[in-house]
Amino acid sequence: MAIIGNPKYAARIERHLAKYETKRSAVMPLLYIAQEEYGWVNSEGIGEVAQLLNLDPTQVKSIAGFYTMYSEKPKGKYWLQVCTDLPCALQGADVFHAWLKDELGVAEGGTTDDGLFTVEHVMCLAACDKAPMLQCNFRYVEELDQNKMRQLLAKWRSEANGRG
Amino acid sequence: MHILLRGRDIPNIKQLEVYEAHGGFAGLRKSLAMTPAEVIDVVKASGLRGRGGAGFPTGVKWSFIPQHEPIKYVTVNADESETGTFKDREIMEENPYQLIEGSLICAYAIQAKAVYIYLRGEFWDIGDQLDACIEAMREKNLVGQNILGSGYDCEVYTHLGAGAYICGEESALLNSLEGYLGQPRVRPPFPAQKGGGLYKEATVVNNVETLANVPFIMTEGADAFKAIGTEQSAGNKIYCVSGHVKRPGNYELPMGTTFRELLYEQAGGPLHDDRPFKAMLPSGGSGPIVPLTDEVLDTRMSYEDCAGIGTIIGSASIIIMDETVDMTWVASKVTKFFKHESCGKCTPCREGTYWLDKVIDRILDGRGTADDVKRIADVAENMAGTTLCALGDFAANPIIHTIRHFPDDFAQHVQV
Repeated sequence: MAIIGNPKYAARIERHLAKYETKRSAVMPLLYIAQEEYGWVNSEGIGEVAQLLNLDPTQVKSIAGFYTMYSEKPKGKYWLQVCTDLPCALQGADVFHAWLKDELGVAEGGTTDDGLFTVEHVMCLAACDKAPMLQCNFRYVEELDQNKMRQLLAKWRSEANGRG
Repeated sequence: MHILLRGRDIPNIKQLEVYEAHGGFAGLRKSLAMTPAEVIDVVKASGLRGRGGAGFPTGVKWSFIPQHEPIKYVTVNADESETGTFKDREIMEENPYQLIEGSLICAYAIQAKAVYIYLRGEFWDIGDQLDACIEAMREKNLVGQNILGSGYDCEVYTHLGAGAYICGEESALLNSLEGYLGQPRVRPPFPAQKGGGLYKEATVVNNVETLANVPFIMTEGADAFKAIGTEQSAGNKIYCVSGHVKRPGNYELPMGTTFRELLYEQAGGPLHDDRPFKAMLPSGGSGPIVPLTDEVLDTRMSYEDCAGIGTIIGSASIIIMDETVDMTWVASKVTKFFKHESCGKCTPCREGTYWLDKVIDRILDGRGTADDVKRIADVAENMAGTTLCALGDFAANPIIHTIRHFPDDFAQHVQV
């Protein structure tokens, strides 16, 4: 599909275009919509956002590249970002992060062969009293340990298989 | 008593009816019956200072806005990204209307046409909740055209960032909101001036916690607020405690409470009873680190008292480290954060954080020399004060102050 002309996004795009003084201000919300549609910020999405805002695709791509929440390459179905910043690291987040990569058999930023899980570390997510924690597709999962994480991985695997 | 974290005392205060039943929007109603200048005078008299870290007097900031300019804005800094900070999140999750009310009072005081709440991208669900709050308010004429029949019009919008610490810096935040790279601007003009704010219009940028204090000030009066805290630091503050304590979390206490009271009485003392406290970062990764001596523990948490022990209270993101923690490792952790978050605009910060990280890694690997320790101190001192925004200073702090207070932690790693 596309985002332009897609009824799924029409109202949201309208709302974002209406809320700012300039069209350009809507570049960040529209990039999120492109990422939602394509799973990552690909050249089709960049081109459509540029077209909607009367910008050059290069200008849109520079925004996508600057901010870490826009992914410029495909990720696993579950994008796991472990906070390893100082407060979390004081509560064992580095050890947890290394264990998780080991458990899934991936290197930093890598994706499992079945395409399900991408693991990487991120900077402070404002959940320092609930360490170790991660965000899975931008949803916080807090107060983790190895047991709890194994159960979550199993749950996500069965969810993914269930949906075929 | 909670002024800010009222979600802990009043169940369902995130529902509009409940918020109103507990005095919600009384501050806005009272403000709308006053002149904008009178509202600014009350906030000035309260002694409220910015809770984002800098501690600038809030009413004074509002008074910088030129009233004759036809278009003005309020932007709420909800980018909460300082290492160790998680207070604005709780305010917005559990007591969202109080932030919106405070923002609207600010907007009325400067006669702004709109409020933009800039949230860090990870707070998208908080953004959805705030959007729902704004729509609920619209039905009761608390936002939009002719608010409560006052003749004053103002819209409130949310905007999501996308993962960039630098967007908590006010001019980078404005660039980001305009759809440009989140990089700081050359000042002057300042945001409060024509040409320096959002869409080049005069703009107030305030932190979430700052604005969440305003409804109380308008309802209860400046004196009631000033009665809490110390001479130069009025009101309550939310202290975010993380690291090696038994009960990490947010604690809302009057400014001027001692570190000892916070860390022992509230947060339960050291995580492990046999491992005493060693050091504290009282303002996240960006403020100077201090050893947790008795003198420091007995210091009052206020803007003026923290200056006396060589640090700042800042955003009060208090990270605690016990005796097992190697301060060279801490310097490395914090440096990696700033290296990642440097926006790349100013050479001293972009290059400085890169080289600091490289040399500290070498020291931690056991391949460093005593000269390397001097070298990183020298690089850090040359970064401070040489960049467009404070990130350059923030990145220098962890190096300069860990070496100053804990030289042995570095010496143990280096070859003689």
